[in-house]
Amino acid sequence: MTDVRAGDFEGVAGRPAPSERERVEAENRRLAEERKKIVRDGPKLKGEKLAARLDATWRRPPGIIGWLATVDHKEIGRRYIVTALLFLALGGVLALAMRLQLARPDNNLIGADRYNQLFTMHGSTMMFLFAVPVMEGVAVYIIPLMLGTRSTAFPRLNAFSYFMYLFGGLLLWGAFVLNIGPDIGWFAYTPLSGPQFSPGKRADIWAQMITFTEVSALAAAVVLVCTILKTRAPGMTLARMPLFAWAMLVVAVMIIFSMPSVALASSMLISDRLIGTNFFNAYEHGDALLWQHLFWFFGHPEVYIIFLPATGFVSVIVETFCRRPVFAHAVVVLALISTGILAFGLWVHHMFATGLPRVGYSFYTAASMSVSIPTGLQIFCWLATMWDGRPRFEVPMLYVVGFIITFVIGGLTGVMVAAVPLDLQLHDTYFVVAHFHYVLIGGAVFPLLGILTYWYPKITGRMMDDTLGKIGFWMVFLGFQLAFFPMHWSGMLGMPRRVYTYPAGLGLELPNLLSTIGAFVVALAVGLFVVNGLVSLYRGRIAGPNPWGAASLEWATSSPPPVYNFAHIPVVESNTPLWDNDGELPVVTGLRVDEKEMLLTTVVAATPDLREPVPEPSLWPLISAIAVGVVFISSIFSPWAIAVGLVPCGIALTAWFWPKELKRHPEPVID
Amino acid sequence: MLGPRFTDDVADLPTFKFGPSSLTWWGIIGYMVIEGAAFGLAFAAYFFLMGHEQGWPPEGRQAPDVLAGTLFTIVILLSEYWNTQIKKAANAGDVPAIRRLMPLMVAVGVVLLIIRGFEFNSLNCRWTDNAYASIIWALLLLHTAHILTDWLDTVVLAALMFTPVAYEGRRLVDVDENSLYWRYVWLLWIPIYLMIYWVPRL
Repeated sequence: MTDVRAGDFEGVAGRPAPSERERVEAENRRLAEERKKIVRDGPKLKGEKLAARLDATWRRPPGIIGWLATVDHKEIGRRYIVTALLFLALGGVLALAMRLQLARPDNNLIGADRYNQLFTMHGSTMMFLFAVPVMEGVAVYIIPLMLGTRSTAFPRLNAFSYFMYLFGGLLLWGAFVLNIGPDIGWFAYTPLSGPQFSPGKRADIWAQMITFTEVSALAAAVVLVCTILKTRAPGMTLARMPLFAWAMLVVAVMIIFSMPSVALASSMLISDRLIGTNFFNAYEHGDALLWQHLFWFFGHPEVYIIFLPATGFVSVIVETFCRRPVFAHAVVVLALISTGILAFGLWVHHMFATGLPRVGYSFYTAASMSVSIPTGLQIFCWLATMWDGRPRFEVPMLYVVGFIITFVIGGLTGVMVAAVPLDLQLHDTYFVVAHFHYVLIGGAVFPLLGILTYWYPKITGRMMDDTLGKIGFWMVFLGFQLAFFPMHWSGMLGMPRRVYTYPAGLGLELPNLLSTIGAFVVALAVGLFVVNGLVSLYRGRIAGPNPWGAASLEWATSSPPPVYNFAHIPVVESNTPLWDNDGELPVVTGLRVDEKEMLLTTVVAATPDLREPVPEPSLWPLISAIAVGVVFISSIFSPWAIAVGLVPCGIALTAWFWPKELKRHPEPVID
Repeated sequence: MLGPRFTDDVADLPTFKFGPSSLTWWGIIGYMVIEGAAFGLAFAAYFFLMGHEQGWPPEGRQAPDVLAGTLFTIVILLSEYWNTQIKKAANAGDVPAIRRLMPLMVAVGVVLLIIRGFEFNSLNCRWTDNAYASIIWALLLLHTAHILTDWLDTVVLAALMFTPVAYEGRRLVDVDENSLYWRYVWLLWIPIYLMIYWVPRL
């Protein structure tokens, strides 16, 4: 099947010279013979013998080189999650510093310039280096397991994506340590971020950090879309696909449509700053609002890119801990899709205060309010699931309850600020800060902590401690309310965002002090979560394959999963495969065991379609990421860096794709 | 863990197919959508900036000269003839035809890049002049990046086609998908051509 049959040349104009043709035919015959000798899994090769052979084939070389060259989605996913959590900690420390400064009026712990860097770094770190990457990391780890396959699509692209993300984060934080951290806010409005008002390199650092993280997120999005559409287990039709996979499919498509916008905007900004273009320069008929449109065309969907994976987590947890499939599966899927579409029609509601045509106000107010409909539908579906099921309030489920309460409050303040008259009053005040922390922490971080507790045994093989988990949950939940609820109050009293201090006697002392205390409670709780995670690595109860009694395929393999995920590729016959079987898992056989191979299925019906070779580990994704990274960073200093730097990039990318052996194999391999 | 219940065997499945069965086909479509989104937003920026001006090009400016751009358009549209032949040859497994045609496409790319140089020279403005100049330079530069990446891809693939692995089906799928991508490159060029050269003449 690999090669071109010699017969294909008959009747084609320009047939090969006879010698060439005979040579190809002879080669075809030899390869056909060799193909018969290939070893595959099946009733004759199963159990421990199969596991040993698969392990030998799939295991990466040991040592530092193998570690850097890995293309195993589980290893890359783990790195993504750990790196993102480190950035969460760093961003959290910045938040604590800001809260300390704001604890008292007229405080002089931190000066205005440092404070500007702090809130810029906090926002940029949390949005670009924590929230999006951690969702992608969880998906990269779990999606192939959940879909019953052995690898993501394009594992090398996946590795490249991680390294680009890491380098973007190091750039931003390295600059901050050197006191050239950006100080322009996480949305970097022009003209403040333009050449006139931000001389020096701070804004360039921000813009190139964006370029890194967008290249990374776009690559991960392509990996996820292709994985979800083409590698699902046979029988897992789109209708039977788990809700988390649906959420990630919608999110990945949203990334593909929205992130080019911020990449384009940041390129325009950097070219305004470095080579004197005039996109945002009003004196030469550019427009600062062009920045806002391009930024928020990305920035609003971004919020849903962070929130929708979390709704996927909630569906997963609710299903398992209520012991029944999520109520109205199809409604939840449609809600995910319609949220994804509506998210692209809302960006202007971030710009109400810029002055818009009347019809713009009405349209975007209506659109902003309408997005609460599909979200509300999902919440009702989860509530119905709990109502009809037998909820077990273990730690992940507690986080779901905390999510529902907190997110609904944040959603309601969202509907409030969707109304233009109120928004004009509250714009840029702490009320907005309260609102988006309610939807982002309540809507995304709570489910994330829940799902990390839930998938921890799958990733590590051990359970997290239950008591510590419960204490941690209550501290996070109550500390969060203490930190952020008073911000509604200080915002309505008129306290603006992004001020490094405030005068005494305006009634702002108490809400600010409460917020600071709450912030430290949350920090302690997150610290407790980390301690729990670390201690449980060694002391946790051994989990076994399916400790929660869950229904989806990631629990059909051991914990932690073997490097090849599944010994045989599972077959799916219902929405909840591990609940609907008679003690045996239906599987297909026939994949190679001597080389890495995975099964591709059709997009809708998931019928077996192709066998696909899986790439061997390679250093070229890392080398390519370094080459691209050098171009991005040096372009801050000279535009010629792009022209010169393209050469190593071209070489690295070519070497990435070039076959290591220029000979034919009996079946394709990617070496 | 549940024990296995054996159902089907997939050993006889093929290892390559052309079109939407192929994994790389989906990857390429993904990147096409990404690039399409970037181009679409650049187009939006163009019309957004145009809305601020009394005239387009702004008063005192000359619209770009059309000769080089039109020549570029004609060549890139004609190149689709060879491109289609390569795509057909890939689907028919006709390696000798691919070996004959791909170097021609590499040459076409060189010709296009040379004409592109003249295009930059006929814009009648520098990118620093004003927002109008910045956006038309940006459009032309974005498309040049598009041409350049596909040209490099074509060069690498053409070189690979002169090795024995040309007879592997998956390489033919690569050729097929490279041709698909080239169609996208010239398809995107048409609106850019109109926006750079003809909208300023309306």
